[in-house]
Amino acid sequence: MTADRRRAHRTPEGSRTHMSRTPDESRTGQARTPDGSRPGKALASDGSRTCPAPAVQNSRSRSRPARAAVPLLLRWSVLLAAVVGWEAAARAHGSVYFPPPLRIARHAHGLWFSGPLGHLFLTRAAVDTILPSLGRMAAGFVLAAVAGIALGIAVGRSRRAYALCNPVLQFARAVPPPALVPVFVVVLDFGTPMQVASIAFSALWPVLVNSAEGARATDPLRLEVAAVLRLTGPERLWFLVLPSALPRIFAGLRLSLSLSLILMVFSELLPGTADGIGFTLTDAQTRSDLLTVWSALMLLGVLGFLLNTGLLAVERRLIGPGRSS
Amino acid sequence: MLRLDSVRQRYGDHPVLDGISLTVPDGQLLCVVGPSGCGKSTLLRTIAGLLPAHEGTITVDGTPVTGVPERLAVVFQEYGRSLLPWLTVRDNVALPLRRRGLRRAARHAEAEAILERVGLSGVARRHPRQLSGGMQQRVAIARALVCRPSLLLMDEPFGSLDARTREDLEDLLLEVHRADGTTIVFVTHDIDESVYVGDRVVVLSHGPGSRVVRDLAVDLPGERDQIGTRGLPGFVALRTEVGRAVRHGE
Repeated sequence: MTADRRRAHRTPEGSRTHMSRTPDESRTGQARTPDGSRPGKALASDGSRTCPAPAVQNSRSRSRPARAAVPLLLRWSVLLAAVVGWEAAARAHGSVYFPPPLRIARHAHGLWFSGPLGHLFLTRAAVDTILPSLGRMAAGFVLAAVAGIALGIAVGRSRRAYALCNPVLQFARAVPPPALVPVFVVVLDFGTPMQVASIAFSALWPVLVNSAEGARATDPLRLEVAAVLRLTGPERLWFLVLPSALPRIFAGLRLSLSLSLILMVFSELLPGTADGIGFTLTDAQTRSDLLTVWSALMLLGVLGFLLNTGLLAVERRLIGPGRSS
Repeated sequence: MLRLDSVRQRYGDHPVLDGISLTVPDGQLLCVVGPSGCGKSTLLRTIAGLLPAHEGTITVDGTPVTGVPERLAVVFQEYGRSLLPWLTVRDNVALPLRRRGLRRAARHAEAEAILERVGLSGVARRHPRQLSGGMQQRVAIARALVCRPSLLLMDEPFGSLDARTREDLEDLLLEVHRADGTTIVFVTHDIDESVYVGDRVVVLSHGPGSRVVRDLAVDLPGERDQIGTRGLPGFVALRTEVGRAVRHGE
């Protein structure tokens, strides 16, 4: 068990190159690398929580004291040190290409967060830049989540459906999502529908595959209990299958969330967009406004972090005390 | 009344049960004993309608078993898996009441009443994982009793509990059985337990292809107690006989 856990917690690279993988491990590998590309910072910042082993109740309760072993302040100290180092190095070097982080922060503040109190300090530029991006991302992610969970549970509940759909799923998620954007551009033309469709389609696969795996791994004894208790189909789904699959569903949702962010930026980098964070990036780049480029990058990092934190909070709320104790 | 008529069961080419015939009259507490791996659990799952019998018939009150029979309840050994960890104790127990069309408040009241009966008051709002093993198995028993079963199947229910907890739960079971007169099929590999708890003990032979090798009535006084009953000469004689049948049964 401990050996399994150690392996399951290893880096994705480790579990991918290992020759003899345990079933746990290969599933973990799937959860983390839906498309072969690195799924981005949302995952890396919290890799240990994407361990969706069947014994997730145990690993959860045991990883908690381990995390508490590093006090809050100390945990942030590395990030703080990195920023301080960056500041010092950038100042010492004085390059126009690499402005110091404090200047970037001041620039971002002036650009987006110096608005009136009534607008939550958001400036017009922020409303025109951040909100359209977040709106597209939310629309794409929610579409992907709803469709992915529903289809995933349906596929995972039926052995035959799983066997039939699995090759399709493996193929679909192996295609690097940004490569599909040109297809959507041709089909839907430039604009928000194309962007939402790109995000939704890319974010669908991780949550679908993980939901299917989660539903498939429902404890057979509990299914017997459900049969003996004569639960109806919907009751069985609501009280047994869905809660069993929840840790895996959230593993998929976290991947989908970071993919949504990637696709949001990518689809806004294309010509034909008129607003959004990605547009700000390309626009600032053409004007050689590196401070704005760096500000947009920082903003994306902060957004990704906040969104992931929000998702983790939802997860913790849903996978309640019954699981963790 | 539960009737098994030459029931056979196999996994692929591997015979598990080789013609089991049994009649369990209403209100009897039948213990099924046998060496591990002899197909006791398979027998129980077949009676519960979870596994279709390969050959032979099972009837409950004259109705052939095709799916899970009405008013049947099962208590499994692995309470940690059989209870749903994401539901509170009360919601676990109240789960089978949903199909009776009771309102939420009525379901909760009934669940709490049955929890009190199995000696668990004040834990209704906790989650199963917050309770000890013995308490969790009490919750599972409460969930089985809450829909007033006429046939209760128990698959080594106390097998993973410590000695003292096990004795307490054996006495709880006897108390429930005396009060409700439920027909109970109790599977165990513990010879002492089978004689202490049962009205009748059936011994299965070693697999593959288990058969009934011994069918003994337990004629001990109805009131049993952990110290006194186990010292009775009748108890000692019976456990010796069952023990011999388990060891040498073929």
